[in-house]
Amino acid sequence: MIELSLQKKLLFDTVEAALELVLDIDHGSITTLYGKSGAGKTSLLKMIAGLMTPEKGNITINGKIWYDSTKGINLPPQKREVGFVFQDYALFPNMTVKENLLFAQDKTGDSKRIRQLIDIIELGDLQHRRPGLLSGGQQQRVALARALVRKPQVLMLDEPLSALDYDMRQKLQQYIIQVHREYDLTTLLISHDISEILKMSDKMLIIDNGKQIAYGDSKEIFTRKNISAKFQFSGEVMSIEKQDFLYIVTILIGRDLVKVAVEGSDLENISVGDQVLVASKAFNPIIRKIR
Amino acid sequence: MIEWSPLILTFKLACITTLILLIIAIPLAHWLAFSRVRLKPLITTLVSMPLVLPPTVLGFYLLIAFNPSGTFGGWLDNYLGIRLAFSFEGLVVASVIYSLPFMVHPIQAGFVNLPNSFKEAAYVLGKSRVTTLFRVLLPNMKSSLLTGIVLAFAHTIGEFGVVLMIGGNIPGKTKVASVAVYDAVEALEYGSANTYSLILFSITFTILLIVYLINGKDITGLTR
Repeated sequence: MIELSLQKKLLFDTVEAALELVLDIDHGSITTLYGKSGAGKTSLLKMIAGLMTPEKGNITINGKIWYDSTKGINLPPQKREVGFVFQDYALFPNMTVKENLLFAQDKTGDSKRIRQLIDIIELGDLQHRRPGLLSGGQQQRVALARALVRKPQVLMLDEPLSALDYDMRQKLQQYIIQVHREYDLTTLLISHDISEILKMSDKMLIIDNGKQIAYGDSKEIFTRKNISAKFQFSGEVMSIEKQDFLYIVTILIGRDLVKVAVEGSDLENISVGDQVLVASKAFNPIIRKIR
Repeated sequence: MIEWSPLILTFKLACITTLILLIIAIPLAHWLAFSRVRLKPLITTLVSMPLVLPPTVLGFYLLIAFNPSGTFGGWLDNYLGIRLAFSFEGLVVASVIYSLPFMVHPIQAGFVNLPNSFKEAAYVLGKSRVTTLFRVLLPNMKSSLLTGIVLAFAHTIGEFGVVLMIGGNIPGKTKVASVAVYDAVEALEYGSANTYSLILFSITFTILLIVYLINGKDITGLTR
């Protein structure tokens, strides 16, 4: 359980405003932070990690106080049990993959943990290479493994998958979910990808200019109202074409383009580039074997 | 034939100066790179002064300061038994000050150019500031360190004005190679002046060439 209440003046797009957040995050949940760049997402993670100091407030993790401005408590990042995956991965170029993991280990740490992590995240073949020679996805995996060496209570990932292609993303989402369960973590991640959020997270927090806009179940938030759909997918509108009385909307769902015929009235507020939900209520979808 | 003692003295001076500078410059450059203190522009200016100040000016003030009958020089002489005016130790102190920016600036740039996340990642992994400095930051800025070391070394070999002011021209003690060249020319011994000059020229040229060759290849590539 993470309980936090934070206040800090930050620069949002050259305008100074206060980040003000009060949040309870369930133990064992995956929560996505969503919002424009510069909304305060990374700042929030850094304050939890102790890399940025708030002006006021408190952070309590599983009953242990990490920060409390009234009591003058502020644990340094070294003493907070967090795993942090940086946007640029921050792997140390002077060390091999294995050395990066060993560096993270405490003096008392057991080497079993590292072997286990290398197994789970499938780094066996890469362990003696230096990070500079790895692909983005491989570096990402190393960063994820390294963040878990010290048995953190909270795992934080700053846009971990944004620089990766579709296939690599799918795979890494699996890795993250897998370690999240395996190590009983409370995970916070920043993502802009709606399908990723729906797939991975239990809850999502939308922030803008340092303020909470919405917090709750990710699907409910995205659909706003509850659709009792038989099936639903999220995707991005690629084009809208008028044909006689109808509009043909082309939507990118995953890697597939899907065409949907809709009436003009359904297209209010929807334009090219929007993230939309495709759902069916009245008809049963057909399933056909393709492989 | 030339005397070898000025050349030996020059390289001894350059080695000691470079070593001392390396020890001073790493914490100083780290502080300059990351500190937000208001006093910082003043310190930056002081560190950079030797770049623009005539060496004779620096030498002159140091000579005044080191004068054993003056306040500071007298204190050094009475309490620590050190005489810096016209001594090799004085040359070392003067060279350290004179070559300071050549060591500090590349290292400072090295710190600034490292991604901030390296430091943050090391802290989150439970590492202290000192461990982070020696195991993460410094090993990833080898080319900056090498540049600093070489520039400070070469610059110390090349100094003349400060050395002459503070050390004079005492053979075997303060008569370094650059002063020996001047001395030889004054005595119309062009042959030995030429030998000293040629040796200094080839050594400094070689050192700089090696640095540019190594840094051009990207030093991290070499360690792989």
